Amino acid sequence: MNETLRFDVLVVGGGLVGSSTALMLARRGLKVGLFERRYCGAQASGVNYGGVRRQGRPAEQLPLAVRARRIWDRLPELVGTDGEFIVSGHLRLARSVADLAALEAYAQMANPFGLDLQLLSGPTFRRRYPWLGAAALGGSLCPGDGHANPRVVSPAFARAARAAGADVREQTAVTNIVYAGERFVVEARHDSGAMIEAQANWLVNAAGAWGNTVAGYFGESIPMEPIYPNMWVTEPLPYFIDHNLGVYGGGIYARQVARGNVVIGGGRGSGDGEYAQPLTETTRTVMRAACALLPRLKDALLLRSWTGVEGSTPDDNPVIGFSRTTPRLLHAFGFSGGGFLLAPGVGQVLSDLVVDGSTSTPIDAFSIERFGLARGG
Amino acid sequence: MTSIDRASMRRVVIVGAGPAGVRAAETLVAAGVVPVVIDEAPRAGGQIYRQPPADAGFARSKRTLYGMEAGKAGAVHSTMARMLPKLDYRPDTLVWGCGAGQLDTFHAGRERTVPYSHLLIATGATDRILPFPGWTLPGVYALGAAQIALKAQGCSIGRRVVFAGTGPLLYLVAYQYAKAGAQVEAILDTNPFSRQFAATPRLLRQPSTFAKGLYYVGWLAARGVRIERGVTLVRATGDKAVQAMTYRDGDRELTIPCDAIGFGYGLRSETQLADLAGCRFRFDSFNRAWLPERDTAGRTSVPGVYLAGDGAGIAGADAAEWAGRRAALAMLEDLGHRTANAQAHAMKLDRQLTSIAKFRIGLEQAFAPPLDCASHWPDDMTVCRCEEIDAGTLRRCIRGGEASEINRLKALTRVGMGRCQGRMCGAAAAELLSAEMGKPIAEVGRLRGQAPIKPVPLSIALMAEMDEAPDHLAAIPEHARDE
Repeated sequence: MNETLRFDVLVVGGGLVGSSTALMLARRGLKVGLFERRYCGAQASGVNYGGVRRQGRPAEQLPLAVRARRIWDRLPELVGTDGEFIVSGHLRLARSVADLAALEAYAQMANPFGLDLQLLSGPTFRRRYPWLGAAALGGSLCPGDGHANPRVVSPAFARAARAAGADVREQTAVTNIVYAGERFVVEARHDSGAMIEAQANWLVNAAGAWGNTVAGYFGESIPMEPIYPNMWVTEPLPYFIDHNLGVYGGGIYARQVARGNVVIGGGRGSGDGEYAQPLTETTRTVMRAACALLPRLKDALLLRSWTGVEGSTPDDNPVIGFSRTTPRLLHAFGFSGGGFLLAPGVGQVLSDLVVDGSTSTPIDAFSIERFGLARGG
Repeated sequence: MTSIDRASMRRVVIVGAGPAGVRAAETLVAAGVVPVVIDEAPRAGGQIYRQPPADAGFARSKRTLYGMEAGKAGAVHSTMARMLPKLDYRPDTLVWGCGAGQLDTFHAGRERTVPYSHLLIATGATDRILPFPGWTLPGVYALGAAQIALKAQGCSIGRRVVFAGTGPLLYLVAYQYAKAGAQVEAILDTNPFSRQFAATPRLLRQPSTFAKGLYYVGWLAARGVRIERGVTLVRATGDKAVQAMTYRDGDRELTIPCDAIGFGYGLRSETQLADLAGCRFRFDSFNRAWLPERDTAGRTSVPGVYLAGDGAGIAGADAAEWAGRRAALAMLEDLGHRTANAQAHAMKLDRQLTSIAKFRIGLEQAFAPPLDCASHWPDDMTVCRCEEIDAGTLRRCIRGGEASEINRLKALTRVGMGRCQGRMCGAAAAELLSAEMGKPIAEVGRLRGQAPIKPVPLSIALMAEMDEAPDHLAAIPEHARDE
């Protein structure tokens, strides 16, 4: 071993979940390490769409989403940049009367959580959004939601964690983990070839789409599939989309950044679990949908498409909380495409669990126990 | 695989109708294969033998357009014209994406998928751009653009033009402009004469090309064109457009009034398509760039994908013709064709290509880009003009320890994320990263390509009238309906 390290908590994975966890724990005075095999915030955390959205999430996610959303208002103080976070409101569109009814039912469920959803349809809706295509009949506006730039936000959390005292190691791949009764012994290799051994009282599995690799050491892999959400960006256009847009039932989402570019997401690219690339078929489908929803985009130029690797669980809920096989092991992975808003809140929740042993935010629905134990685990 | 299977699956596609693409097509057609030839330009010839538009409002002879290369240009054009009935030729068509066995193309507002079993990428090159302060002023053009203006549009980039940078094109374009009647105020070559002299033995491997180079320089000098060598480009200045070019020669700073500048530092291979096709890349120290790997015949690391011409490394138009023929022979061989004399032909081409490779080393030696320029770039100089990212922004990111690799630098600063996708600014960003990190440019990584290779309108997806299929979202499966 070239280097031996000792931590209170070691976080595996430098995405937004891992970085925010490291930041929150370091701010609470713990000695924290973070190992990221590539670069912090360079995978799904850095290349996702950038929606900061509570609306549309299932009831069980709302308490965590609301807690997380509060942190987004404090980004400059917390991580030294606003991450281009804009409280634009999130408009979820209906394409049918049935969709409108579903949006109304959702509002009744979600408004007690403080989402303040406002339903719009008919001439009022049309007058307010003349730039929306006829395919949209109405919508539900969540004024407090918005969007941000994941390329900026996610690395900023890692930087802030480091500034708060966490030992953040990039290009450092975990090669072995052993739970040695009292503590975890983690072996890792830096890209330079240097070997590192770390001992930690707590271990946080924030390895995202690769979360099963860590969970596998403890016999509790979950049924998770890689997904490759496809994204596009247009050339800068005159500003006209004033909300983060989604569609009831999913399939396409769009936002316009201050510089004028429209970021569009929808459908899936292809990949092998490690790398991913956009698909032309998906581009066709989603661009058609984009032109129907936003006719002004028809003549816009598409500059770039991309995708990333994300882990998706059977119920689209993440795994957050204690391991059931190993004490002081925490999992937070499998966010199924919905982790960007949640991640800072997850960092707080995990720091609660480490420091206080429990958290006030309900997370039972995210327990790893909802999946059967892996055979032999 | 049976021969019937093979026949039904065969579809040979060539991308690019420059010297490499045309000669490859000729070789395939001679063997009875009907290739699809896709070209972004409306007429064949590539950049070097670019033809004016068919309906151009001017008439210039091949001799005027191509000078001493008129014979070669004419031969490429007439070969293409003769082959037209035997080809599936698709001019004015942009290849914007590439997946397994298929190209995504865009022509006249319509998108079309073109399947292939065998693909030859002959996408050529553009100028290697290394910026200097003021390079984004109106009136400052790449050398290649200056040449296109002359060849395809019959106009000059200005009345009083300074040509700057380095490379053989510097003297050729200056010569062409002077011949066309423009006032060439000066040629500012960042390489000293001594470098060019030192490269002479290697350059003499292509004596006729070398002689042409000498001829251009001699011609220009005889007409009193000011040629400065071993200089540093300091800045272009002007109010709304360029009005002067300032350079440094030793300790002196000199300023030349002008109304246009053509500049470039040699050529840079267009490799995006090979990247999307999944080809493996290696760093090439002579090109100072990452290039798709290929064997001497042009086969890449991906079976069925071939390379020829400047898109696979800069070797010039003559080499492109040979490499196009060579790659076509490899395709024929891989298709199971047995052609008379193919082996002898291939061996001859291999010899010619080997010889020219040595000449190219001489050229790179004579016209190397300035290695230390990035460290002198002022912080407020724009590096990425699409996204308006200046050198200072890149430096702060690098010095802050945030990025030691080019894709990371892109992610954190947006350099190379705009319309050009890094084709113009990528080399500069890599040079700056290399200079700041104090490590070789080979070690700062390679910008990954993403579709579309060049911008395409969203309306490409609207094949027919949009209203006929209102629920496009239905095409996205339930499991992939993220919000």
